[in-house]
Amino acid sequence: MSTPDVAIVGVGLHPFGRHGDKQALRMGAEAAQAALADAGTEWSRVRTAYVGSYEVSNPDAIVGLLGLTGIPVRGVFNGCATGGTSLQMAAAAIRHGEADVAMAIGMDKHPRGAFAADPAVAGLPAWYGQTGLFLTTHFFGTKIGKYLHDHGVSTGSLAKIAAKNLRNGSITPHAWRQKPLSEQEILDAPVVNHPLTRYMYCGPDEGAAAVVLCRGDLAREFTSAPVYVRAAELRSRRFGAFELQSPSLPLTSAPSPTVDASRAAYEVAGIGPEEVRVAQLQDTDAGSELIHMAENGFCADGEQERWLAEGATEIGGRLPVNTDGGLIANGEPIGASGLRQIYETVLQLQGRAGARQVGGDPRVGYTHLYGAPGASAVTILSR
Amino acid sequence: MTTQVAVADGLFTWPAREPRLIASRGDDGVLSFPARSGEEQCLLGRRGTLWAFTTQQFRPPSPPYDGNDTDETFQPYALGYVELPGELLVQARFTEADPAKLRIGQPMELRIVPYTTREDGTEVLTYAFAPVPEDAEVAS
Repeated sequence: MSTPDVAIVGVGLHPFGRHGDKQALRMGAEAAQAALADAGTEWSRVRTAYVGSYEVSNPDAIVGLLGLTGIPVRGVFNGCATGGTSLQMAAAAIRHGEADVAMAIGMDKHPRGAFAADPAVAGLPAWYGQTGLFLTTHFFGTKIGKYLHDHGVSTGSLAKIAAKNLRNGSITPHAWRQKPLSEQEILDAPVVNHPLTRYMYCGPDEGAAAVVLCRGDLAREFTSAPVYVRAAELRSRRFGAFELQSPSLPLTSAPSPTVDASRAAYEVAGIGPEEVRVAQLQDTDAGSELIHMAENGFCADGEQERWLAEGATEIGGRLPVNTDGGLIANGEPIGASGLRQIYETVLQLQGRAGARQVGGDPRVGYTHLYGAPGASAVTILSR
Repeated sequence: MTTQVAVADGLFTWPAREPRLIASRGDDGVLSFPARSGEEQCLLGRRGTLWAFTTQQFRPPSPPYDGNDTDETFQPYALGYVELPGELLVQARFTEADPAKLRIGQPMELRIVPYTTREDGTEVLTYAFAPVPEDAEVAS
């Protein structure tokens, strides 16, 4: 088999959490330097970079901290799919011959609490915000409530997912949430949006992550353990998909953009869901992870109840999911979140994940993002 | 008498004995709510069935939310989608806030309700759906 086009040869992370008055750009630069050090190279070797953020209006200003080398640098924002989009564009730049070494960098620094904005930014009328409908959180309660009803899954499964992610966070040195909670504590916590309780949700926070990519045939110059990008697919929503911020929906439904991105990624990679040994799935809330197990092709709708009862998505299970605790344990700095998934997956495929290392020498990993207003990015990586 | 105003023009017929939501129909026959400018307007049915629901337990960020409550006085509400047969799924607040009293598939009917009061005492109205008894279910 010929060498795949694009390799990941270095990853870096600035821990997610709360970091006082430290600037997002500085966190981004530290993550980038860590990724460059991991690749055994320097910023001067990088030929293009994609830098994602929601809160930083000019993320490309990171060159002021990394070095003014004159290379093309592009700011990226694509909702919760920003990190996956940055990675996809960096990989495409390599494939298209624009660069032989590229970086994807993401950073953010969000205020506390639910995201707040004028509905006009999403093309929605003012009354939608005035009457308390312009929020992302209630969508997740609505979707999982419907899903549990339609597919006979219990709220206990939601608690199992949240408990798993907090437990994985407790053995991940850089995770924001380090304290495991019991399923009962999670179920007994205040409800945010029925049936989701406080501990079933992730929170907005701060942090950064970065990835160094290069042309596949150059990978061994940087590392003895390259991880190849087998697919990096992005999809937006189709008419009829059940999405955030929808005052109305047609009676005829379409699959989520996750389903479209996932199917495209499997096809491009020539790899099926049964070959994936570790997965990072968007867990804005425990219900999202539950639904995403099926939408990404790992199980049928409703099978999650049995999978979770068997511990199938635990680190020792047959498909470990969100091995670093996911968004629930790390929070969601939007620009960086998808690159944290890449960071974790690369460590797992290289056997460097410490106490949370997945056994059985995993060779194929999978990452998935989903968010408003209906965008999904899926990446398939392999050794 | 208390002055009442709709939160927005063109959202529902008001004042009206039996108010209706105002949608529009595109050239392709597809219905949109709220109505899109430039499309032919049409009125939606008043009754449907509960398609999906959740609750809003914390006060939404304000702005854009303009309820005259505080984090302390905020009253949680339920919301979700009602399937209007042959039309579309419409997102709405519900008059019943207790999720234990809501059931997917139950009949729901349109109401126009005050959701906030301005400083001058004017009540601002929005649309909401109320659970109605099974035996009240009739084609609208």
